[in-house]
Amino acid sequence: MKSVWRNSRNWRRLGGVVNRGETIEQSPASKASALGSSRTIKDGGSWVPWTESKALSRALSLLDARSVVPLSDRGHVSSSLQHRRGYGSAPGDSQVCRDKRFAELKDADIVHFRQILGDKGVTVDSDDLEWANTDWMHKYHGHSQLLLRPQTTQQVSEILQYCHAGRLAVTPQGGNTGLVGGSVPVFDEVILNLGGMNKILSFDEASGTLVCEAGCILESLDNYLKSRGHIMPLDLGAKGSCQIGGNVSTNAGGLRLLRYGSLHGNVLGLEVVLADGTILDLLGTLRKDNTGYDLKQIFIGAEGTLGVVTKVSILTPPKLASVNVAFLACEDYVSCQKTFTEAKQQLGEILSAFEFLDRHSLELVLKHHDGTRDPLPDSKESFYLVVETTGSNESHDKEKLEEFLQSAMEKELIKDGAVAQDITQADSFWKVREGIAEATIKAGAVYKYDLSLPLKDLYNLVEDMRERLSDSATVIGYGHMGDGNLHLNIIAPKYDDKLVAQIEPYVYEQTAAVKGSVSAEHGLGFMKPKAIYYSKPPAAVQVMKGFKDLMDPHGILNPYKVLPSLRESSAISQGL
Amino acid sequence: MKILVAVKRVIDYAVKIRVKPDKTGVETNNVKMSMNPFCEIALEEALRIREAGKASEVVVVSMGGPQCVETLRTGLAMGADSAIHVSTDMPLYPLAVAKLLRALATKEQPQILLLGKQAIDDDANQTGQMVAGLLQWPQATFASKVVLGDQRNVTVEREVDGGLETLRLQLPAVITTDLRLNEPRYATLPNIMKAKKKPISKITPEELKVEIQPDFKILEVVEPPKRKGGVMVGSVDELVDKLQNEAHVI
Repeated sequence: MKSVWRNSRNWRRLGGVVNRGETIEQSPASKASALGSSRTIKDGGSWVPWTESKALSRALSLLDARSVVPLSDRGHVSSSLQHRRGYGSAPGDSQVCRDKRFAELKDADIVHFRQILGDKGVTVDSDDLEWANTDWMHKYHGHSQLLLRPQTTQQVSEILQYCHAGRLAVTPQGGNTGLVGGSVPVFDEVILNLGGMNKILSFDEASGTLVCEAGCILESLDNYLKSRGHIMPLDLGAKGSCQIGGNVSTNAGGLRLLRYGSLHGNVLGLEVVLADGTILDLLGTLRKDNTGYDLKQIFIGAEGTLGVVTKVSILTPPKLASVNVAFLACEDYVSCQKTFTEAKQQLGEILSAFEFLDRHSLELVLKHHDGTRDPLPDSKESFYLVVETTGSNESHDKEKLEEFLQSAMEKELIKDGAVAQDITQADSFWKVREGIAEATIKAGAVYKYDLSLPLKDLYNLVEDMRERLSDSATVIGYGHMGDGNLHLNIIAPKYDDKLVAQIEPYVYEQTAAVKGSVSAEHGLGFMKPKAIYYSKPPAAVQVMKGFKDLMDPHGILNPYKVLPSLRESSAISQGL
Repeated sequence: MKILVAVKRVIDYAVKIRVKPDKTGVETNNVKMSMNPFCEIALEEALRIREAGKASEVVVVSMGGPQCVETLRTGLAMGADSAIHVSTDMPLYPLAVAKLLRALATKEQPQILLLGKQAIDDDANQTGQMVAGLLQWPQATFASKVVLGDQRNVTVEREVDGGLETLRLQLPAVITTDLRLNEPRYATLPNIMKAKKKPISKITPEELKVEIQPDFKILEVVEPPKRKGGVMVGSVDELVDKLQNEAHVI
């Protein structure tokens, strides 16, 4: 039985997270020159200057050298406080140093925050901070000494105004369920948790427009809407803990994107507090408003680096009575693809979700997740699909679904399947799919990759990695097939850099080769800033940095995340 | 041997019910309906008995308007051999259902009549007991284990307040099922496809020579009073005072 890593003190140290005053091991070559272009990375087991890394140059050769704009290096001074971006992160070993531009927290600061928030809104006790400093996967551990819980937008504004002036770094935080380390501090950033701002402000039944504060938990919003004949347009496994502000800031996808589209389309307005404390009121409730640039879009998916979302106005679809869920078994991936094509044609407008999981995922979730039941115990196929339809007419939908299933069976696209006969059965089918993420954590040390790939190539990478890693790790693949989004999970007995070297940058290179995305919906967070170049050209990243500098000139909002640091970018650009 | 299973179409267990504003009943418009969970368990047990070779035929029956056919289709999709729809628009209460079941049992001659212990909409827990009385058949209610014997008898373990009671009944008998009896199977595709060809026969109360009269009239349906929130008291004296003067328990 693989051990549960969650609470083991030992493996926290393995990841190279250090406490103040300690230095972690540096390679001999990099010790000689701590900064600049002679920084070294591991290439095939040995340390080489990064310019000589074959893996990196292969990856970067995909970028057009002429489009790279040389940057001036701001020359961040590395302090003794270093942080290795471990556990399967950007290609090569990057050593992130605490940015010396940021001030350190003083007692006077805490006094000031107590004045703004009262004693209840300020937490300095290290035990209470433990949760806020650690991400959901227990991979990333920050060292913040201060957690702030504002109740109003005005308080958020005052906090940021103070931090901006005093150069205090801030990590905005919601439900802390992100999977790329974007919601926890890296060093001692002040945690700004919006969980206390959880009021629902208004709901217009006629248009379905919901206005609420950013700290509302997604499931609570869904429950509120259900009794009023509506539902939230997004649904994800973390719904019991994730908050809408975080969902918006990460442009969360989820199970229903296929039917209701992304948050870019469903969010009608936002209220955002900028880095200097300015309250930006973009909280419209109009379906159509073409007056000027649509500023809210830049905050959706910015992962808290351009502003802190404090209120959300979102369009909610009506709750339709007839929901049907089918759990289907397919022999191979090609059949899954063909089934999807059939489903789109035959189910048409009632199709609301199309998920897939492979046999390994099913076995994992049945083993590690409590209360899951195999819907098709007699079939031993390699792939499983969860197909959901949502419509307004029970008999019409059932008829369509049965026709589709019959046709799929006759064409031998599906080998077997079960149709849920009531809501409890439907929930149990979904539990199998939604429980995989949690099951992977219980199964061992897991490396997660969230990739957008062309539909026909979606599963190739899983088989590729399985062959590549053979006995050293379990490779599972599942995800939102309807959106072309693969969740590739590699589970090993323990976190191991040697394993990472075999996975990265190979996975990113393969993704870039088919023009896919290295982060379909999870975002870049702390884990993947440098990987951005696999999916975006340097010129685009440049424009993004321009935005960041414009919106946050002191760089206090969620630093070290999303965009590669200037030092890293200049190193890459100089190499070409 | 034939087994007759009675199933009821009720509001889905997972739905949050709402009372109609005119207090005449619970809102059923646009609400998901499914087979009563205990009836599902009863049908599952019947199917398992048939699969063990102890029965040859499982017939599922439901009573009410045309939507009952959907529930019967679910029963057929789970694996029942045929279905009977007793078609009526009259409101049906346990005694009427029991009388109809008696007439059907006399007609179909099953050896076992399986029902769920109660329906989740009325929680009556009466039909099984009443039909046993009307038929003069032995009954075992709240079954948590059913084992068929060789001498045309069945041994049933029942969940009662004091623990578990084991009864042996001579067939034909009435058995009502409790939650822990089994975990119902999912309806799989091959069975769903086969179900389309299985017969659903329709019959009316008149043809069964049963007269349905409404036994009682529902005056009003209201939600139970909302639970009041707890109160934090500041001191022991306050607590004693509240217990004495507000709650009147000391």
